Amino acid sequence: MSLLIATTLDDALAALAAGARPIAGGTDLVVGARHGKAPLPASLVAIDRIESLRTVGRSADGGLVIGAGVSHHTIETDSTIGAEWSALADASALVGSPATRHVGTLGGNVMNGSPAMDTGAPLVVFGAEAELASGSGSRRVDMATLWVGPGRTSAAADELCVAIHLPARAPRSGSAYLRLEYRRAMEIAVVGAAASVTLTADGAVDSVRVALTAVAATIVEVTGLTGGSVADVAAAAEAAAADQATPISDLRASDRYRRHCIGVMARRAVEAAARRASGETIAIPVNRAVGIGMAAGAAS
Amino acid sequence: MSESIDRDLTLSVNGIAYPVSVDTSRNLLSVIRTEIGLTGTKEGCDDCECGACMVLLDGQPVNSCSYLAAQAVGREITTIEGVMDGQELHPLQRNLLEEGGVQCGFCTPGMIMSATALLARTPSPSDEEIRIGLSGNLCRCTGYAKIIAAVRRTADES
Repeated sequence: MSLLIATTLDDALAALAAGARPIAGGTDLVVGARHGKAPLPASLVAIDRIESLRTVGRSADGGLVIGAGVSHHTIETDSTIGAEWSALADASALVGSPATRHVGTLGGNVMNGSPAMDTGAPLVVFGAEAELASGSGSRRVDMATLWVGPGRTSAAADELCVAIHLPARAPRSGSAYLRLEYRRAMEIAVVGAAASVTLTADGAVDSVRVALTAVAATIVEVTGLTGGSVADVAAAAEAAAADQATPISDLRASDRYRRHCIGVMARRAVEAAARRASGETIAIPVNRAVGIGMAAGAAS
Repeated sequence: MSESIDRDLTLSVNGIAYPVSVDTSRNLLSVIRTEIGLTGTKEGCDDCECGACMVLLDGQPVNSCSYLAAQAVGREITTIEGVMDGQELHPLQRNLLEEGGVQCGFCTPGMIMSATALLARTPSPSDEEIRIGLSGNLCRCTGYAKIIAAVRRTADES
């Protein structure tokens, strides 16, 4: 096996065009190879030292551009992301362990394409786009068209995800990501839900988006939700999420249990997002604040 | 400058440069243990779950069983052998002994590396922050209460 440690994007893209595969923290690729899921590629290009992929910055319209090489640790502790794109910080804070979060990246999580990825549902409810670059230029693709199946994306082999673009947040907006988990670290979502809510001046829901984790072949968005009182929208999200989910049974949960719990997670995500939209601070990750993964009675 | 690595690479472990010649698919844990000969870092699950293999890479915790050795070129690696001050135990080592936080000891090096990174970043952690800082490290015999107490005591002493 050969490894190129790239320090510039051009070098990395040239290596990809020549057939190399990218590696950042290796938390999916190397672990997967050790599991026997897929052997390590014969040629790898390490992209974790390309500084331009490791920055977080405002876009001209007030949105955010997060480099694909930004770690989950950076996302969970970034004050701007925590305040305005809270659901993404909720998600990154739940990934793996401190070690996983230090080397694991947003781009890696997105491009690995797992239907159980934690950052995916938040990105969908924010209307995010992935920027894919190759030697012949770059393009931006909507999350819904990026993921085409478990572990599969619409990116070509010579394209590298270089950034995630998040549109600006509207006033009176809030978001949250919750997942059902059986333990508090090194866990994969049993099911998860992200919600983004924008309130009217009198505190009703003006608009809402909800996306679901680990209940279909890819991250999926709930359709048919409209505004109304927070309680009505939360109840509608619960019913719609359970109705639209197409979960499988595996060693972590049965399809029936997943279908029930995805409704509960969707309702709680809408409720937490609405609380944040109203100006309330709920600590990152919201999972702990609502008592998921806490000892009985320990939730604050 | 981008750097292409085929077999020969140099790893800096505890401040010492070790030239090694290995297949670049080798993980950092196996190179540290069998090529460099520092066996304090343990192989537990070998599956990125248990944290026995934890080392620091530029001060941040990494599961060395699931990290390519070649990717650590140019970075400073710290293992359990690097935490003592001469013959003096690191305060975390001393407090783990005094609090009874060591039984079989297999998880201890990884626990100490995670706790070192935690205390460098958060010198006065809450108990919750200690639990999160150690959340990638499994212990199957001592139990966690005494380990957390040792980290608590170390933070309180400094």
